[in-house]
Amino acid sequence: MRVTDRMSRGLDAPICLTWELTYGCNLACVHCLSSSGRRDPRELTTDECATVIDDLAAMQVFYVNIGGGEPTLRPDFWELLDHAVGRKVGVKFSTNGSRITRSAATRLAATDYVDVQISIDGADAATNDAIRGAGSFDVATTAMRHLADAGFGEFKVSVVVTRDNVSQLDDFAALADSFGAQLRLTRLRPSGRGAEVWDALHVTAEQQRDLYTWLLAHPRVLTGDSFFHLSALGEPLPGLNLCGAGRVVCLIDPVGDVYACPFVLHDQFKAGTVRSAGGFADVWRTSPLFLSLREPESPGACASCGSYDACRGGCMAAKFFTGLPLDGPDPECVHGHGEAALLAASGAGRPSAGSGHTRSGPVPVAIGRRPA
Amino acid sequence: MTRYALHPQVGLRDEAFGALAYHYGSRRLTFLNDARLVTVVRTVADHDDVDAALAAAGVPDRRRAAYLTALQRLADAEILTCE
Repeated sequence: MRVTDRMSRGLDAPICLTWELTYGCNLACVHCLSSSGRRDPRELTTDECATVIDDLAAMQVFYVNIGGGEPTLRPDFWELLDHAVGRKVGVKFSTNGSRITRSAATRLAATDYVDVQISIDGADAATNDAIRGAGSFDVATTAMRHLADAGFGEFKVSVVVTRDNVSQLDDFAALADSFGAQLRLTRLRPSGRGAEVWDALHVTAEQQRDLYTWLLAHPRVLTGDSFFHLSALGEPLPGLNLCGAGRVVCLIDPVGDVYACPFVLHDQFKAGTVRSAGGFADVWRTSPLFLSLREPESPGACASCGSYDACRGGCMAAKFFTGLPLDGPDPECVHGHGEAALLAASGAGRPSAGSGHTRSGPVPVAIGRRPA
Repeated sequence: MTRYALHPQVGLRDEAFGALAYHYGSRRLTFLNDARLVTVVRTVADHDDVDAALAAAGVPDRRRAAYLTALQRLADAEILTCE
């Protein structure tokens, strides 16, 4: 049996678990997957978070991707980081960089089993700040400087590829290089607030082909298997090239709800909660949603397409939030089948993502720098 | 003779198909697709030599060469240490 077939039947524990620690965020990025802004009063307590970490350690989850919101805004962030590392659950956390001071960078550089991912969405302030808010590029690059100066090593610079920044791939690579960092590119999903901007910001068909060629030429660039739908263009991209939702991947949200992947924060893809008696392990092993995702998939409308083995129909979340059937083409299908399906769907069937934890009223766009 | 041991920075997790090995330093994941190989990887340091580890794991003689190659690959990937 091929490795991908084994993966699609599911594993005893996830390989790649994302845990959004808080819905609180000091930015208001237009494409936020989790519609973050305000903290939720029901967010897991420090003790509950520690229990989740203990469960992950018992399941031998090797590492967890921590995000948010901005995870470092939680007052217990550093305590939880130390608890995870102490249990040999490695932590890779995503941050906008606003709390990565010189002293935080020094502390991180001295900690084993920690990796840091700093998000930018433009290789210059103008492109980035249009998505992430005024001043956010300077804040992120300052954090990168702090990590480089502290000798952290190869941290990650993480970029969501959009119509506006896809022409800057070489610049992103050069920027990451200049800090001794590794570039990570991921796909724009129509999830959370991303649903509102997806039509305007997702890459065009021509840009997708250029992106595919660029990725093949730059195999060291990480993608989190984000672009496996592009493998239908020819030679497969590095990675597992399958949708891992509920099979090798899942998400724990700030209130402890477990979803099939980080891009489907919607009731239809909620598997359970870590607050139930059996905790996370029980949700992972017995949730009817996850068990059904581990059944062999039907190619549906893609059955007659010669590329199905390469792209497996693409991303479930991208289909769901653009109102397309889950057993049909991805909205960004490289053969154009998704575009046709979108025209026929005409947006009427798109599920509402709601405004989530988006702050109402004026959003503070300038994130203050700490006094030197 | 070559002596192998599980690399101190590697975590090994049993799965239905064999095991997953994760290197906390390089953050690389490796798939071990054979239960006997997993047994050898887990126990090789406890035996006097590789031959004894292979025999104890029930590896038939005719397949020894394949297992030795696999162990060398795992050493190259820093799943095993080798001296």
